[in-house]
Amino acid sequence: MAGGIKKFVVGSFDDEAVLFPAVKNVRKAGYKIHDVYTPFPVHGLDHAMGLRETSLHTAGFIYAITGTTTALSFMSWVFTKDWPLNIGGKPHFALPAWIPITFELTVLFSAVGMVLTFCYLCQLSPFVKKHHFHARATDDLFVMAIECTDKTNDAEVQTFLEKAGAKEINIQHAETGWWIGRYDREQKLYREEKGY
Amino acid sequence: MSLLKYESQQREPLVDGNKDYHQVTEDIISPIEMKPSKLWYVGFYISVGLLLFGAYSVYREVTYGIGQWNLNKTIGWGWDITNFVWWVGIGHAGTLISAILLLFRQGWRTGVNRAAEAMTIFAVMCAGQFPIWHMGRVWMAFFVLPYPNTRGPLWVNFNSPLLWDVFAISTYFTVSLLFWYSGLLPDMATVRDRAKTKFRKMMYGVASFGWTGSTKHWQRHESLSLVLAGLSTPLVLSVHTIVSFDFATSVVPGWHTTIFPPYFVAGAIFSGFAMVQTLLIVVRKVMGLQDYITLGHIEAMNKVIVLTGSIVGCAYLTELFIAWYGQNPYEWYAFSQNRANLFSPYGWSYWLMMFCNVVSPQLFWSRKLRRNITVTFFMSIVVNIGMWYERFVIIVTSIYRDFLPSSWSTYYSPSIWEIGFYLGTFGLFFTCFFLFAKYFPVIAVAEIKSILKTSGESYKAKMTDIEKSDAEKFYVEEVEHAH
Repeated sequence: MAGGIKKFVVGSFDDEAVLFPAVKNVRKAGYKIHDVYTPFPVHGLDHAMGLRETSLHTAGFIYAITGTTTALSFMSWVFTKDWPLNIGGKPHFALPAWIPITFELTVLFSAVGMVLTFCYLCQLSPFVKKHHFHARATDDLFVMAIECTDKTNDAEVQTFLEKAGAKEINIQHAETGWWIGRYDREQKLYREEKGY
Repeated sequence: MSLLKYESQQREPLVDGNKDYHQVTEDIISPIEMKPSKLWYVGFYISVGLLLFGAYSVYREVTYGIGQWNLNKTIGWGWDITNFVWWVGIGHAGTLISAILLLFRQGWRTGVNRAAEAMTIFAVMCAGQFPIWHMGRVWMAFFVLPYPNTRGPLWVNFNSPLLWDVFAISTYFTVSLLFWYSGLLPDMATVRDRAKTKFRKMMYGVASFGWTGSTKHWQRHESLSLVLAGLSTPLVLSVHTIVSFDFATSVVPGWHTTIFPPYFVAGAIFSGFAMVQTLLIVVRKVMGLQDYITLGHIEAMNKVIVLTGSIVGCAYLTELFIAWYGQNPYEWYAFSQNRANLFSPYGWSYWLMMFCNVVSPQLFWSRKLRRNITVTFFMSIVVNIGMWYERFVIIVTSIYRDFLPSSWSTYYSPSIWEIGFYLGTFGLFFTCFFLFAKYFPVIAVAEIKSILKTSGESYKAKMTDIEKSDAEKFYVEEVEHAH
């Protein structure tokens, strides 16, 4: 899913304590932060960047009640309609005995559904390749990518980042989406290679 | 100084030594980038050997039938189900560490959760072997699944605890695997981004699903981990509860007790922590991870062992008391004669269990012993032996003398193929664990980084200023203001 090629000014910070005020100042100055890549979850960074809360947990709840209803309705259909088994003359609708399986399916549906939704939202999958602004973003650097428009003065952004405490600054043209690819090869998008 | 979350200096650091973020990556990931040591090969081949012996034992059982095991009419469940319950129990510690301790915000879990979760997955894989091969006609194993079939369709019995087990164990395995792997994604990306060879780049590229470390992704990742932890917590309690239902819902003296669910869960966590200790004491030494799995971590786990061991001890005494107090002659016979009578055929196993599970963990009331690695390692083995005997005692001593004395069993001892199957699961477990230690980051790198500045030894000193100042003022100024 290609997002198109855009131009970015990329600043790398080596301390999250410097990153936070930098994020604030960059936003205040009116630049558009494309994303910040961090080696671990930095608490509060999403708020500082103005991202909205995720509603992944709501999806989890919906999957959970789907599991509950699937289990309960299936077992009641089997034991009261499709094939009522006489087990020692006990009631066919044996709700207490179905609670364990109902619970397990609730958890199973919720967990599987949430993980798949997570992978879909973040576009994560084997054989998916994305542009990485800095190889050390998964090691020890906090990498801020600022999107450039026609009106953006690159030099100005660069000085701005330098003042904000960035250790490394550069300009990159990058594909914002993902493509099928391998990490051991330099690969471009198909349409790029073909010149579309 | 800003953004430091306050943590008292009086708390022991969770990461020793003077580390920065890069050093953490280096320490944890470089062992898996090097060629494995001779010791690794020796251990790996021994495990594969055991696995092959197990495979041959299973082949014997499938070809010639369950008669290859020394089971008989009276003792229909022997080593096989003992081993099943034992392995499932071991798995529980991993989920406790990764899920319950996450909900309780225990920082020390970050050093041990990855390996403990891997242990959970491998232990559940081993556990699953036993009921499957115990079916005898294993090619019909799919009959346990409720699928529309041509026999009616004849459905499975949803009222049976054995079927609940099928659902519980398979859900537990799936959820543990998802939880473990979603936590691994960022670390696989770290390995990918520092890979030198093409092959490593490709493999870890595939394994990391194209993880970038985007803030939005981290936000979702945190939400996912929290909800999965919230789901796993009741799940892990339900799994061993359901395993205990296999016994508790029957009418066999010694099994038919309501205390089983909590007692099984406590026992599971008890044995699981012992296994985590066994594994991690070796891993930290061999891979040089003493700075991340510190004495503090070992002590914390020993505290869990003494707590759960005492709960188990309490449960043993309670069931003994209730067997007498309940005045059911069959129940009391099972306890007083089949178990507690040292001179009955299996009396030795009851007292061995009592000693290993109730008496020996009490050593850990001493701080000095909790922090002694040799004692901990020895104790972890003792506890695992004890917990194996607990299941053996519950299963065999309850059924070897049934209601009809003419059916009372002669002395049951396992056949070589029964033992071989058990050894085979050790082979499976350790083969998987050796591969895990070679190819996966055994400590959650990203999680260690997230606690480094509050709990790292080199950062602890920076708390001095904060401790001198007013904590409430610090919180308002530094934490809330900064965000």
